[in-house]
Amino acid sequence: MFGIYLKRELGRRKKAALVIALGLALGIALVITVNSVSAGMTQAQGKVLKSLYGLGTDMTVTKAQSAPKAGSSQGPNFKFDAKSSKKTTQSSDRVMTQGGQALSSSLVTKVAKQNGVESAVGAITLNVTKVDGSFTQGKAKSSTSSSGSGSGSGSQQQGGPGGGTGNSSSGGQPQVQGGGASFNVNSYSVAGIDIGNQELGPLATSKITSGKTFTSSQTSAKVAVISKSYAKSKKYKVGSTFKISGTKFTVIGIATPDSSESTTDVFVPLKPAQTLGDSKNKVTTIYVKATDSQQIATVKKTIQKNISGTTVTTSADLASTVSGSLSTASNLATSVGKWLSIAVLAAAFLVAALLTSSAVSRRVREFGTLKALGWPSRKVTRQVVGESMVNGLLGGALGIGLGLAAAYAVTAISPKLTAQLGSSGGGGGMVGGMGGPGGGPGQQSTSNTMEIALSAPVSLTTIALAVGLAVTGGLIAGAMGGWRASRMRPADALRSVS
Amino acid sequence: MYRLTGVTKRYSRGKETVEALRGVDLTIEDGDQLVIQGPTGGGKSTLLQMIGGLDRPTEGSVELDGVDLARISEAKLTRVRAEQIGIIFQSFNLIPTLTAQENVETALVPLGVKPAERRERAAEALSSVGLGERLSHAPSELSGGQQQRVAIARALVKKPKVLLADEPTGNLDEGTRDDIMGLLEGLWREYGLTFIMVTHDSSIARRAPRLATIKAGQITLTEQSFVQY
Repeated sequence: MFGIYLKRELGRRKKAALVIALGLALGIALVITVNSVSAGMTQAQGKVLKSLYGLGTDMTVTKAQSAPKAGSSQGPNFKFDAKSSKKTTQSSDRVMTQGGQALSSSLVTKVAKQNGVESAVGAITLNVTKVDGSFTQGKAKSSTSSSGSGSGSGSQQQGGPGGGTGNSSSGGQPQVQGGGASFNVNSYSVAGIDIGNQELGPLATSKITSGKTFTSSQTSAKVAVISKSYAKSKKYKVGSTFKISGTKFTVIGIATPDSSESTTDVFVPLKPAQTLGDSKNKVTTIYVKATDSQQIATVKKTIQKNISGTTVTTSADLASTVSGSLSTASNLATSVGKWLSIAVLAAAFLVAALLTSSAVSRRVREFGTLKALGWPSRKVTRQVVGESMVNGLLGGALGIGLGLAAAYAVTAISPKLTAQLGSSGGGGGMVGGMGGPGGGPGQQSTSNTMEIALSAPVSLTTIALAVGLAVTGGLIAGAMGGWRASRMRPADALRSVS
Repeated sequence: MYRLTGVTKRYSRGKETVEALRGVDLTIEDGDQLVIQGPTGGGKSTLLQMIGGLDRPTEGSVELDGVDLARISEAKLTRVRAEQIGIIFQSFNLIPTLTAQENVETALVPLGVKPAERRERAAEALSSVGLGERLSHAPSELSGGQQQRVAIARALVKKPKVLLADEPTGNLDEGTRDDIMGLLEGLWREYGLTFIMVTHDSSIARRAPRLATIKAGQITLTEQSFVQY
């Protein structure tokens, strides 16, 4: 009787049942969509951090760049001689360390011995600025003929004819004409890594897709692994050679980063990198893996306490510096999105409860009659709750369908969001040779912008949450209606007029 | 046997208190037919509710075979209604979404009767009131007289001791009224029921063997000659 009565009653009140179900469906769909998009954003942020931070790295140890002395310059300095012919090209590399002040390599061992540290490796991040081009002398000429010399000094801009000084006069005074500079500036990042432990550090975020990675015998070898995008731009392949500051390196492998962009263009073994950067036995970043990922904060405190003068940055610290549309959208999803879905859900529950209660009020005579026939209150209440539960489950099924469709649509469209991770050099544990050309005096500001495609993964937990909400909605409505039905007296059956 | 002693029922209507019944004393023997008649608002339906255990008096006792319906627990009272009392209403009060057979089955649900037996007994009850061909019809597909027959079948399918009828012919035309009254009287005699009916219809009231006239909450009993329908 319970099932038949329930089915017939819901069939009689199809419109009202549909209104209740749709209201619940909307709230549940919104919860699923917001949850899925939030999960997608968390994944995207994780990808951003992983690509910058290194897979397996729980924290980094760095040292903030110290303030330069007055009058000194930390920028690269280039000197070129003016040549007589445009066809003579010159080239100069300037290699500068990035990511903060250099730390002694012995600190790596000290960090590795701290409580809670599973392993630690050091890496040095360099920025190489290469200027090459032609620098030609001007020629001094009188009004009929001119000769002379001038000098062109290298500058960091494309130049035209111009050059030195001269004076002119109509009385045969020499004037400098011609000369100038035409040059290219190329900047790229180099990471010197500990090839004994490549699972930790800048190369850990990439996969070797061509050639091979470093072997243990290559600690001092002049070999390099190039990022895929850099190799493409320079037309390098396995076996190609190139020079850094006059030292020739051979490409042994091409690495494809796990995320959309790599922050490092060239990976070389640590020792050659230290030589290039004139930083023997120095590293700029120590990558640390904790034995227990739940104890990262504790390990951070231990390192800070026992190794003074350093900055320890965890993934959580980096996460707070992420800006850009990914960060904005993520904040929107967690704040506005969350509260909006709660508000819609609460409204849906209220509508369901009110409509159910109203329907029970209209069935006073029916329920009063059943009680007059000897139906106990609990049987009548069970009927009402059963009808509400079916409405709730129907709403849940519709909501799950709508929510899945919305999440699928987001994943299919895959909107691109940007993530900008910005911090001061040495203070934020920036890794992987980030940043542009070396900055001027004072602390360097480095930032990296990445583009991430957003997806909206739907987990089983989210589906279970949706089902739970549907059941809750049905129970709330049923409780409201059931309470009304339980209070009805059989005498009402005789008094009520249809 | 019913014994009502000093039954009083008061209702609050805002600031006013209405006394629907005032100190009613009444005895109804097993197998009696009693018609309760009176003007509108006189307390007829209220008295029927007390007798049927649908409501409790403000004062007094309502004993059915020694059990005071005014004092027992709600669960026990519900059980009494389920097992011993069959009720017919003026507006039939059928469940609109259930068929005729299913409506009759609703009286057997609280008794824990198994579905197959319920269906069988419901079919028999409907046949006994002449609706054996209308088992699967919804109330909306039945005439007023047919709906009241379904209600009668529902009241009697559980073989109650007492049959209460609140204006059973109030919504029926004269011809159908006579049919229904004839049916009710036939069943009363056949099953030896205690039959208590409320009506404002004098033509019905005149024919009952015992008449209780209720006015302003007080009752006057009259013994009459029974005239069969």
